[in-house]
Amino acid sequence: MQMTPPVINTLPRPAAIDETPGPAFDQLQKKHKLTTTEYARVKDILGRVPTLAELGVFSAMWSEHCSYKSSRVHLKRLPTEGPAVVVGPGENAGVVRVSGKLCLAFKMESHNHPSYIEPYQGAATGVGGILRDVFCMGARPIANLNALRFGLRSHERTPFLVEHVVKGIGDYGNCIGVPTVGGNISFDESYNGNCLVNAMTVGVIHEDHIFKGYATGQGNIVVYLGSATGRDGIHGASMASGSFASQDANSRSTVQVGDPFTEKLLLEATLDVLDKGLVIGLQDMGAAGLTSSAFEMAGRAGNGLYLDLDQVPVRTTAMSAYELLLSESQERMLMVVEPAKWPELQRVLAKWQLACTVIGVVTDTGRVQIHHQGHLEVDVPVDPMTELAPKYERLMRARPAPSISGPSFNQSAIGAIQAHGPAALLLDLLQDTGDKLPLYRQYDRHIGTKTVHASESQGAAVLWLRSEWADPGEPYLGVVATATCNERYNRLDATLGAAHAVLKSARMIAASGGHPLAATDCLNYGNPEDPEVMDDFSRGVDGISLACRELDVPVVSGNVSLYNETDGQSIAPTPMIGMVGKVKDVRLCPLAAPTGPVELFLLHGVKFSPEFGGSLAAKALGLPLRAGRAPQVDWAQERESMAFLRALSGAGHLAVARDVGDGGVLVCAAKMAIVHGHGLALDLGELAGTDGLSGYFGEVSGSYLVAFHSGSTAAALNAANDLHYCALTRVGAVTGSDEVQWGQWSLPLAAARHAFSSSLPLS
Amino acid sequence: MSVPTAASLTPKFSPSGKLRIGLVQFPGSNCDQDCFDVMARHFGVKVAPVWHTQTELPALDAVILPGGFSYGDYLRSGALAAHSPIMIAVKAFVAKGGAVLGICNGFQILTESHLLPGALLRNSNRQFICEYVHLATASGQSVYHQALAGKISRLPIAHGEGRFYIDVDGLKRLQDQGQIALRYASPTGLTGPEFNPNGAVDQIAGIVSANGRVLGLMPHPERATDTLLGGSTDGLAVLEAFLSSFT
Amino acid sequence: MTYEIIVQLKAEVLDPEGRAIQETLARLGFGALKSVNVAKRYSIELDAKAPQADELVQRIAREYLANPVSETFQVRKL
Repeated sequence: MQMTPPVINTLPRPAAIDETPGPAFDQLQKKHKLTTTEYARVKDILGRVPTLAELGVFSAMWSEHCSYKSSRVHLKRLPTEGPAVVVGPGENAGVVRVSGKLCLAFKMESHNHPSYIEPYQGAATGVGGILRDVFCMGARPIANLNALRFGLRSHERTPFLVEHVVKGIGDYGNCIGVPTVGGNISFDESYNGNCLVNAMTVGVIHEDHIFKGYATGQGNIVVYLGSATGRDGIHGASMASGSFASQDANSRSTVQVGDPFTEKLLLEATLDVLDKGLVIGLQDMGAAGLTSSAFEMAGRAGNGLYLDLDQVPVRTTAMSAYELLLSESQERMLMVVEPAKWPELQRVLAKWQLACTVIGVVTDTGRVQIHHQGHLEVDVPVDPMTELAPKYERLMRARPAPSISGPSFNQSAIGAIQAHGPAALLLDLLQDTGDKLPLYRQYDRHIGTKTVHASESQGAAVLWLRSEWADPGEPYLGVVATATCNERYNRLDATLGAAHAVLKSARMIAASGGHPLAATDCLNYGNPEDPEVMDDFSRGVDGISLACRELDVPVVSGNVSLYNETDGQSIAPTPMIGMVGKVKDVRLCPLAAPTGPVELFLLHGVKFSPEFGGSLAAKALGLPLRAGRAPQVDWAQERESMAFLRALSGAGHLAVARDVGDGGVLVCAAKMAIVHGHGLALDLGELAGTDGLSGYFGEVSGSYLVAFHSGSTAAALNAANDLHYCALTRVGAVTGSDEVQWGQWSLPLAAARHAFSSSLPLS
Repeated sequence: MSVPTAASLTPKFSPSGKLRIGLVQFPGSNCDQDCFDVMARHFGVKVAPVWHTQTELPALDAVILPGGFSYGDYLRSGALAAHSPIMIAVKAFVAKGGAVLGICNGFQILTESHLLPGALLRNSNRQFICEYVHLATASGQSVYHQALAGKISRLPIAHGEGRFYIDVDGLKRLQDQGQIALRYASPTGLTGPEFNPNGAVDQIAGIVSANGRVLGLMPHPERATDTLLGGSTDGLAVLEAFLSSFT
Repeated sequence: MTYEIIVQLKAEVLDPEGRAIQETLARLGFGALKSVNVAKRYSIELDAKAPQADELVQRIAREYLANPVSETFQVRKL
């Protein structure tokens, strides 16, 4: 089928917007979130006053969410290259080689603002969106992860948000048949007014069959695929580009509704048509819907597009051009197809019960020109849309240093622990960081028959990849995946905190015996117009860059979510990091918790310096949040410890390994014992510190609790003699007793287990 | 049709893949690939995909109805799939004594098609549940009963609508005719509501047809064939029994 | 011409959603309600001239919309 666009200059334009100065014009500008300067630039680019539809298009494309206008200048500092990188940032997802021709396509994305308003659909459509980004490159999704941040458990909205976000993620992921295998959840007062829902998808793809969204070939047809367009989510992109005022909890009309069944059909159909070579360009319609996919595809190919909105399938009558262009109805894609392939494409899509309609054609005009009911509603040059998109170098101002110095804060923390009682504190920490079983039990973690370790294993997610594309010498090849960030460290120090997010992910991968390959990120920050938030953001990028360079992990994809702020209160900086790594043999992966009594060893830096700044203990004790120091990092020590773990596990010595994180050594050891109903006997000796408490409750970097297979201890200790920056110290055991005992303190195991299983807010 | 006896239990599978097994794919089925993979890897059997719009089955020894969300579970789980053109052929196949294995959504499709009695309703806790359960084999004469006699199987479930329901008379018939195959149980094989994740009547996780040739079960045997993946290989015995369930 | 079909679980079948709603309402201070049941409502619109519409809708309800094992239905012409 051919589509011949009418001679463009015979199409009348609709009326331009009314520029008469006054409240009406001001309202229009405000609604579209364009500054006076930006509006002037629009007129420059067009050479005239825009139509309403064009104003909407610029508003969406130049929104923070779509254009990254506040963040672009900083993001270019991230390290994005490496020998295993096949596709870096800029495409729908990043791709990294894992073995032979087998590659992983992965990315993380946020859906924060919609999830606060309508948590079920917000979370569900977040999952849907990130899945599409991965499969429209031709990758088959094999794992979903999610990182969630909610306000305090006692906040009135929290139980409602938790219940519905989890259900939304579960219903969508389970229906489409992708296992939800890992992630992270935390409750902090910072998120009382703004929850965070960051969804990550990992897919597998053959290196030579990676597909990109380019609208090439003049005369090729543009095809619309998927669900009909309705009024959902109009201006969803601009909602995500603005802060909330408290009454916004009721603005439900801007939330998109997802249909995972249609997405499953879309997934199979997409992989099918790509496999058969029927499509030249493919782009998912995500934020800013048809508008962004049209401009992105045209932009990447350097061509133009002509679209006829009269052809767009609609599910509601009388939609205007504006609405059609900005709708964020879900499960839709745009394809560019050679006319000769159209009949076969229709046949394949019919098998998958998907409607497809020709809605346009690729032109050589370098412009996106859109017709609706006899008018040329949009006529915008493509390159200036991206090249002249606002790029802000926003004002930055460093926050004042934390109020109390490290050593001083540590001292007051010890005093507070003694007053509160160490046993009581352990129970508080176990509750805060305890089992999230009631949540992940709602996620299908086993579909796909690849899951070796998922959330219940308490460590990173591990999947066994059986693929004919991989090196045949690696039949037990695995991928390890994590998604995490410690917001408390970030609140204290936006550079070091961001570095810690990268480090934590890499440590979790090392604790599974794996080697990190690449990272994705979801940079969640507050209002960029606040110079201190902007400074946090810039420092966050620096922290990630530093850690990625030190650990040799490139960032291959990512997402920025700004304006996470309510009533003037921004969230703590939360640069969420998603990381994938490779395990050569999943049979050798250590567990995160032993299945029976074992001796426990601590692998740690020779310089072992626990800190209470940003610690879970400080949070539990109600100590000031911006006080003290986050754990310091010795990069050489971190690298050495990770390499050591990989070597031990590769040699078959490592039975159990777990990175020491939130809550410090005691909490880590207690969780390892309690989860399978065992007791603990922990004695840090000198490592406990002169006060006898710092080592147990303080937090550190570069430390792991490990246990060896029987018969392997001597070999491990022997190998540890060659370490320069690290030491391996026996610190006790997971026992068969009914007690959790550390130093001079103890608790009944039953009490510890009870606290551990009471971690979730109940409605 | 007589129920196969112990004597005829010699496995009919071989690495040369002589068995003709078909698997019906509906829009939204998503455990199909796992079934193809497991049957190939563990039994050397190449399962043939059958598309839901086909009106005839090829010549087959047995049929698998896989897990998933056929038609998005719209209307009711398995209800729309039960009305697919292919199900007419599957019903005829069963009427002639054909062997069918319905896993999870497949079990739902079997009850909606009235190839098995009862119905699968929403879990009593109203949530999707994914976890490992233990199953005790009930008493009966089918190949499944004999292959799994005295065995406590550890298999994963993953469903939102797995609560088996049947009325009082129907339940009595199932019990009297030995059609209950698997019940949710403790690790030592004790059955009771406290081990039942979804509120199913009489803790029923799986049943067979009156002739013993059709098994429907909510747990996923195809997910328990490798120690690496969840630590249980108890699914193999169920799949082996399936491959022996026809002559 | 529009028909309304209400599909409901049989009385003897546990309705966990209805029960959960009842318990929540009681907690919110609405007192002890005797029961709450959840049903599905379908509406089918046909051409006014459709032949034997009543029988057609009854058949749709009986064979497709309600599962006879666990559900009952009522049909009403609006």
